[in-house]
Amino acid sequence: MQDVFFYIFAAMTLLCGALVVANPVSRSPVTSAMFLVLTIISLAGLFVLLHAFFLAAVQVLVYAGAVIVLFLFVIMLLDLKEEERRRIRLVMAVPAVLAVGTIAAIMVRTIRLAYSAGAPAAGPVEGSPVALGRLLFTGFALPFELVSLLLLVAMIGAILLSRKDLR
Amino acid sequence: MNTIGLSHYLIVSALLFCIGLLGVIVRRNVLIIYMSLELMLNAGNLALVAASRFSNNLNTALNGQIMVFFVITVAAAEVAVGLALIVALYRRRQTTHVEDLTTLKF
Repeated sequence: MQDVFFYIFAAMTLLCGALVVANPVSRSPVTSAMFLVLTIISLAGLFVLLHAFFLAAVQVLVYAGAVIVLFLFVIMLLDLKEEERRRIRLVMAVPAVLAVGTIAAIMVRTIRLAYSAGAPAAGPVEGSPVALGRLLFTGFALPFELVSLLLLVAMIGAILLSRKDLR
Repeated sequence: MNTIGLSHYLIVSALLFCIGLLGVIVRRNVLIIYMSLELMLNAGNLALVAASRFSNNLNTALNGQIMVFFVITVAAAEVAVGLALIVALYRRRQTTHVEDLTTLKF
């Protein structure tokens, strides 16, 4: 049963990820953003299969809820019409596909070779909010505080950058 | 019995990373390049969560998930700043097309 779900979610992740990058029907950024939401949600499904329940929830909340909404907001704000007319140039696309395809082949081959002798069994951990929260406030307290500083810096930066009289 | 192992998840992660990389290289719209960057970050997250799941050391196994937690936070901050940059850029140049942004080109 879990295997079936893995293949469904994995196929959905890769298919929607490919449609974010290259959609044969529509070249609008809004379509890409919508397929990004689907990718994120199927990734959250994979996280659930990996017993990372809290991260699956955070993934949906932060990515699908905040990041994509921000993307859509900016896309609507910019009102891009002429972008859709431009075509991907074949001269650049073919070597790019070849190069990335080679990288993909190397990575997949390496992973297959590394675990050909037998993959490790699933461990006993569960990514419950309690376990993650305890770890965040004990072992990872300093990085946690630093992240709050990073968020403050990002907030000030975003406010500063979106000023009208930016020079 | 569950036959899906670590390598399956790592292969999905590698392929997703390559899709994102391809998007960064091929697409010319800054917004879509940003979305491809998010795809690559998510591929890394998937690899980290899978490694955390298939680790047998009870003391350190959750570290991967904590890492993903931080990556998600940093990605959210990055998107906020990046989109503010794109909006500022669009105000000055009226474009989100990277081929029109050649001021820094040598």
